[in-house]
Amino acid sequence: MSANFYFGVEVFLNGLMAGVMYSLVALGFVLIFKASGIFNYAQGVMALFAALTLVGFQNGQIPFAHLINAIFGTDLHHFGWHMPAFLAILCALGVMILFAFIVERYILKHLVNQEPIILFMATIGLAYFMEGLGDLMWGSDIKKLDVGIPQGGNIWLEEKTAFLGGEDFYGFYLDNLDIWATVLAAILVTSLVLFSQYTKTGRALRAVADDHQAALSVGISLRTIWVIVWSIAGFVALVAGIMWGSKSGVQFSLSLIALKALPVLMLGGFTSIPGAIIGGLIIGVGEKMFEFLIGAPFLGGATENWFAYMLALLFLVFRPQGLFGEKIIERV
Amino acid sequence: MIYREAGDFKTSYAKDQQTFPIAFDRWGYFITLAFAFLVVPFIINDYWINAVVLPFLIYAIAAIGLNILTGYCGQVSLGSGGFMAVGAYAAYKLMTGFPDLNIVFVIFLSGGITALVGMLFGLPSLRIKGFYLAVATLAAQFFLVWLFNKVPWFYNYSASGQISAPERSIFGYAVTGANALPAVSYLFCLCFVVILAWAARNLTRGANGRKWMAIRDMDIAAEIIGVNPLKTKLTAFGVSSFYIGIAGAMLFAVYLGAAEVGEAFGISKSFLILFMVIIGGLGSIFGSFAGAAFMVLMPVLLKNVMVGQLGWPTDLAAHFEFVIVGGLIVLFLIVEPHGLAQLWRLAKEKLRLWPFPH
Repeated sequence: MSANFYFGVEVFLNGLMAGVMYSLVALGFVLIFKASGIFNYAQGVMALFAALTLVGFQNGQIPFAHLINAIFGTDLHHFGWHMPAFLAILCALGVMILFAFIVERYILKHLVNQEPIILFMATIGLAYFMEGLGDLMWGSDIKKLDVGIPQGGNIWLEEKTAFLGGEDFYGFYLDNLDIWATVLAAILVTSLVLFSQYTKTGRALRAVADDHQAALSVGISLRTIWVIVWSIAGFVALVAGIMWGSKSGVQFSLSLIALKALPVLMLGGFTSIPGAIIGGLIIGVGEKMFEFLIGAPFLGGATENWFAYMLALLFLVFRPQGLFGEKIIERV
Repeated sequence: MIYREAGDFKTSYAKDQQTFPIAFDRWGYFITLAFAFLVVPFIINDYWINAVVLPFLIYAIAAIGLNILTGYCGQVSLGSGGFMAVGAYAAYKLMTGFPDLNIVFVIFLSGGITALVGMLFGLPSLRIKGFYLAVATLAAQFFLVWLFNKVPWFYNYSASGQISAPERSIFGYAVTGANALPAVSYLFCLCFVVILAWAARNLTRGANGRKWMAIRDMDIAAEIIGVNPLKTKLTAFGVSSFYIGIAGAMLFAVYLGAAEVGEAFGISKSFLILFMVIIGGLGSIFGSFAGAAFMVLMPVLLKNVMVGQLGWPTDLAAHFEFVIVGGLIVLFLIVEPHGLAQLWRLAKEKLRLWPFPH
């Protein structure tokens, strides 16, 4: 086998890992869409906000320091303590749950029974709001996130596979962080599935996803369910934020991962958790392989921005509800 | 008292079906037009033209375009930024390729080219509906921006990757380029806005508009009563892209002068125009103007208050702007999901009965 083939395999593996990261974000979308029919554009910004909050807690930053300084002419910036990663994650999770309460109380409650497009627009508004709020609270500089996940290439794997490709090949290069992300995503998905299949709350969640009115009529409180769903989505956002944040630093561009997750959703279907996972893998592998085989050599590179969308578009023309979405039945 | 139908007798069907059936409205419209054409060019200064009026007029065209697609035909599109880029690059290629071509034709032709591209990307709408379509139009957005970035032919192999508008003039007055007088560019844009808005209003209340609305309300039912979905959806995409392309061409040629595709026509532009349409009111021409005015004026106002009055640093003000814009959008959707146009309609209903509501 030539070295080129093994490079291809390496790209394939990296694509799988990237796909897992996309799935992590897509998962948050699917959870909220299933439970409330809301297409939550703010999911990406939630990841950014969660990561910002986590870093802020870890470094003991004073929230709104910049604003307070501008108004009162003071010079505040840090509390002066360092929180251990685990505690900071718990605190950030607490903030995300609080956020879920606020969203339900002040936004969703007032928008019941509106058209989907209006709800979608409201989440875009929410995304703008949180983006500004995150910057106001914690400052807009690029922050380093370190919660103790190992980073850098996996040397063990590289050494073990170096013999495969001959002279020019030095073994498969996989980032430890990506491997960790894959493991974590697997755990997350398994626990979500277990949660929704075997707990009372999980059953209520599925009931709401199935039929709002029927769920209401058997005594399930929609408002509680929404808070729970948004909290879970906040948790998923936090995990995604930690992973992406450790990889590329916590900054504004983190919120753009929402745009990466959208084609995944289209491909897998808005209503299917396995769809989000498999869609993510297909997109991850597809865009990396396309860039490797066609994009970089023939089209001048940077095809990753649009390839996923085009792929999803082609898929949709043949299956309008995505791979695993519920069949769309239309009546007059 | 003044705002009422009583005493305003219609003696023909044409009069009965006119756009402004109430005399007060009609006169208001004519006076506004006269004011915009005859008074504004003489009193306006550079700051107002560049910060408020030109962007307002150009975005109003784009908002009308998106409103035709989303408000009248019910197809949500997030690709407006990409289509504006098509208009801008088409205008650039036409201006540099055919230096003798009149700027008016250039702009209409770029609208036409954008219409073709829009129809191409509208084809999937036959199979894909709702949010899936909205996300699918993002494919257009990202692909087009990438295309204009990567293929040097589009920006004439310039080293910076930017496109910049050469000087073109009408009746001896420069409209584009560095020598254009603000009042001239203002009048130029205003003519386009008036003609296009008039066309849009009449398109949407004619046979085409009714077909679009039938598709919006329920596409299967519309198909059963004999509306051809392929033709209807594609005309909506075509007309909408025509407007958006013209807006893109004018944004580039008249307003910006020079543009870089990712910066000027990125995804945030798509969202901006969608905000205008939603805040102004879906399915209303007046709403497109109101939404454009709101989204253009508010940041200027906020910036003036926070940086000018309170003396905050600009980056802080920018973050605050995000918070306030986001908060206002959510608030708007909660209070009046049908936008400013609906508020205007309610106000008119109240006015008709005023001052004797019973």
